[in-house]
Parts: sequence; C-alpha cells; structure tokens
Amino acid sequence: MRPVYAVAGGVSKFAKARPDATYQALVKESFDYAVNDLGIEYKKFIEMCDGSVSSYFSDHFARQLMGGIMATDYLGLCPKPSLRVESGGATGGMCIQEGWKSIASGQMDICPCYGFETMSHVNTWKGNEFIALASDVSWDFPVGGFYSGYYAMMVVRHMKEFGTTVEQLAHISVKNHYNAYHNPYSQKQLKLTIEDVRNAPMVAYPLTRLDICVMSDGAATIMLASEDGVAKLEKESGKRIPKVKLTGIGSGTDMMRMSDRPHGDVILLPNESPEDYKDLKYPGVHSFRAGRTASKMAYEMAGITDPLGQIDFVELHDAYTSSEMQTYEDMGLCKYGEGGDFAASGKAFMPNIDYGLKLKDKSVCPVNPSGGLIACGHPVGASGIMQGVFALWQLQGTIPKHFNDKTLFLPDAKVGAIHSHAGTGTYVTVTIMEKEA
Amino acid sequence: MADEIKMKIEEEQEGTQVYSVPFPKDLSQLKDMAPIVIKFPWQVDYIHSYGQDSPWFAGVSNKKLLATKCMDEKCGYVCATPRLACPVCGKEMDWIELPQQAKVHTFTVCHFGSETFLPECPFVLALIEWEEADTLFLTRLLGVDPLKPTLDWIGMKVQAKFLRLSKFKPTDVYFVPAE
Ligand SMILES: [Zn+2]
Repeated sequence: MRPVYAVAGGVSKFAKARPDATYQALVKESFDYAVNDLGIEYKKFIEMCDGSVSSYFSDHFARQLMGGIMATDYLGLCPKPSLRVESGGATGGMCIQEGWKSIASGQMDICPCYGFETMSHVNTWKGNEFIALASDVSWDFPVGGFYSGYYAMMVVRHMKEFGTTVEQLAHISVKNHYNAYHNPYSQKQLKLTIEDVRNAPMVAYPLTRLDICVMSDGAATIMLASEDGVAKLEKESGKRIPKVKLTGIGSGTDMMRMSDRPHGDVILLPNESPEDYKDLKYPGVHSFRAGRTASKMAYEMAGITDPLGQIDFVELHDAYTSSEMQTYEDMGLCKYGEGGDFAASGKAFMPNIDYGLKLKDKSVCPVNPSGGLIACGHPVGASGIMQGVFALWQLQGTIPKHFNDKTLFLPDAKVGAIHSHAGTGTYVTVTIMEKEA
Repeated sequence: MADEIKMKIEEEQEGTQVYSVPFPKDLSQLKDMAPIVIKFPWQVDYIHSYGQDSPWFAGVSNKKLLATKCMDEKCGYVCATPRLACPVCGKEMDWIELPQQAKVHTFTVCHFGSETFLPECPFVLALIEWEEADTLFLTRLLGVDPLKPTLDWIGMKVQAKFLRLSKFKPTDVYFVPAE
C-alpha cells in the first residue's frame, strides 16, 4: 500500500440553519476554501483530481436520494469516478477512509473527500425521529425511539458499573464549549460552569441539553493525495505542502440493537492485560466494542503501543459528553472504568485555557481542541471530515491562520487521532494523522 | 401576574400560501434576495412485515413472552430480543418462552423525544435482563416516578404486563416493579 497524505481542507460555516444555500452550495463552499488554500486555480485542480468520495447520512433529511452525485456534479467532478459513503454518524470518518483506500491502492493520486448534512429542514422533534429511524424499526424505534435516550441508558449503566458521575461528564461540556470560544467555525461558544451544565433542562436522564450536540447544516472537504499527487500539486502551485500522512486507519462495528450486545471479554490494547478486567463483562451497553476495534486496528498500523504517550491530541465524536468519556476508554487513553476520572482530571484539557475549574492534572493529550461536535455542531455527513480538517490544520501548523486565533494551536503536536462514531457505537472509525519531518 | 413574561412567540410551521413574490428590475440584485422556503408535506403508509420475528408478536398478544434459543447443544445462546439466526454460531434458533419476571439492567427517563413520542414525555425506557437469557430487551418501565430517577432502579425485579388490545408492537408488553 502507498503512503497517503492529507493536503488541504475546508469547512463551511456550521449553523442551525443555512437557508441561503442548498447542500451542493455548502459543499462547494468548503471545497473552494480547500482549493484556495492549495493555491491552485479551480478548473486546473478539478482536472488534476482522479475521482472523489462524497458522504451524507440521511436521505430523509435531504429528501433526496443520490444526493452524493448531485454534490459531485455541482463541483464539476463528472465524469470521474465517485461513490457515496453512508455509515450513520461515522459517515465522515468512513468517507476519509474510502478516499485513503483509493490512494493507497494506487487507483488514484488526488482524491477529494466531502460530506454534508442539512438537518434544519424539519423541526427538532421530527429530526429526532429521523435520527431514531437509525435504530431497529421493529424492536427499538416503536418503544420510544430517541437517540439521546439510548446513550443515556448506556451511561447510566456505566455509572452503575464504575461509579462515574454526572459532574465528571459535565467537565467535558465545559471543556468543549470553552475551546470552541476560539474556533470561529463553531456553532456554540459558551463559557460554562459544571452547575450550568447540570442545571440545563434534562433531556434524557442523566444527560442535560448541555451534554448533547445540536443539529446543524454544514459541509466539509478534505483533499487526499499520494506522494506523486503531492508532487503534482506542489508543481502546479509552486508552493511546498506541509506533509501530513495518514499512518493508520481502523474501523469496527457492533450490533444495532443495544439489547443484543454481548457480555464477554475485553478486547485488549498492547498496554493492557486480562488481569485489568477480571470481573468486567464486555462490552455490554457501557462500552463501544467498535471503538476499541477501530482503535486497535489503527494503532497497530501506525505503531502506537502507548496511546496517551504517543498521541498528542484527539478530535473525537462527542455527540454526547458521555460518549466522549466512553471513547477515552475505547481509545485506551485510560483503562475501562476510568473514563469519568480521566474526564475530570485535566489530562484532556488544553494547556493554555483557564476553564475556571480545579483540575488535578496538567494537559497531556487535549481531546477536542476544536470544541468537538458538542460546540461545533453535528451536520452528520460533514462532522467526521471537519475533524479531519481541524486535525490537518493542527499538524500543518496553520490553525492560527485558519482560525485567526492561536489559542487552540498545539505547536508541538506531531501525532493526531480522529474518531468518527455511528449510532450507539454501530460503526466507528479511527484514523491516525502524523506530521512528517 | 405570570411567573415569567413571554418575550418570544414559539416558531411553528404553519404559514400563509403565497403565489407571487416581488422581483427587482436590476438582475444584479438577485444574489441579495432572501431564500425562498417552501413547505413540503410528506406522509406515507408503509406496509411493514415482522417476517420471521412474527411469532413474538402473536406471543405477547396471548400474554406469553417469547425468546429464541440456539438449537446447537454446545451453544444454546438465548436471545431475549428474538433473532432466528444465532449471533454466536450462526445456527438456526428455536422459540422458547421466557419467565415474566426479570430485572432492570439499565434505564433512562426521556423528557424530550421524537415527534411520535412527545405527548408521552416524560417516560422511562429500560433494558431488561433475565438469568435465562444472554441478551436484553428494550421496554417501557412504569410504576416508578420519572421525576425521581435513581441508580437503585438497576437490579430491581420487574413484572411483565400486557396490553389487553394488542397493537402488534414491542410495546404490547411493558414492565412494572414486581410485588
Ligand atoms: Zn449458537
């Protein structure tokens, strides 16, 4: 397999509603930004592309089948090869990995990957219903289909199993909303306290409105290239592209119905042993087996044996504060059962922001420096790509330029991980991105 | 005087039918035009078959709670939410009857939800476990105060109750705390 590089990215403004633009125009907005950043004339760049990958989650939200090709044709990429990727909330992460495969296999040298979602076209309650249709319509949806309720049941079990507290979860909301204060792309910029999070209206016990991401309209694009592709782009633009390599990809799955999840043995990472989990029934409904599988696969490929020691930052799928906490464990940033402590420890916070909290540990591996989905918004098909773009900008050292603010810039970061996650952990992707000297 | 003075009319989707809009003489002004937003009703009757899972619905209609058990003697995996193919070994599974007492594995209280279920909020969703089964069952839990949730509900013994007039939905059975 050939090395794959990310060379440029763009993110449309995420907003509750973007009636000023159709999804095709939103994709174009993010795509144009990336092409401009490369410094290549649009028509020339399109000629250089060997094909593309598009992604969006819901035909219901779009009220359009085959919206992928309509984004592709709006960009002017026909008649080159393309496909649409859909894997629920992991759609964006999977889109990047499909682009990776096209390049690694030798089929393409330059491949743009773009995704979108327009969720504002129905009211919030109907939107919740559309999302809940991504649960078993015979057995789950009719009982009270509501994704926040599903995640709430998972974290309630986590609380019972491990003693995790709602205050620990609230730390994640405070962190991500504070971080977003310095990210102009974010949808919600709030300075909160633990009390604010707990006093917000209860949505699904124990998750309040500030534990949960919002629905958004938006799009994102990331451009991938082989070594030859990078050389061609550099020749055309006359500019050197800071090299960021996708050194590991991994993905995993789990059964759609939470009721069906097994209660067996933990899938171990290299820094864990069976003795760590003697009495734990895994994954049950408290952990994401798909997230662990994806992490293990990506880590093996990228040579990561000590995740917390080797990964400098993570952009992960925090549709809920609880799922961020559970993902710390899946990704091996801490052991299973320690996610709550880890959340409140300070290890996942930014080093240079005063959150108004007493944190016992220094920043070790900032998680969601961008503000994550909770604060940036979650236009499903775009979210995983947005994470890729923000991670790329961190590793290229261009966050200060793109954000017009250097607070969220991690100048020493060499290895980043992005993590995309679908409905209650059914599909999860993990991609490792590294700065090449 | 009201406790809270209303400052905003909640947005809803009723509107006025409009058949024409103003148009500028100068076409260069068109890009500044506000977007035209229309309402598109969308309703469908979908004919849904429960297929191989159908006997379960006949079961609850007759106050019986069914599950499936793997026919392979070495496996014997039991699914409290039925599947006819064993998720462990892939062999065909058979129908068995489950006891009507079980325990709460986890739960939540939904204060909001999908449009369909909004009128029922707040309601309690729970996953139920049986000693006799390897997997769980998603259900509604009644007979507890949705405004006073506690982790102590986990492990609580619960009893199945059945709708007298079946709707042929998984909610034809629900659970309440056992006596
Ligand atoms: Zn079996």
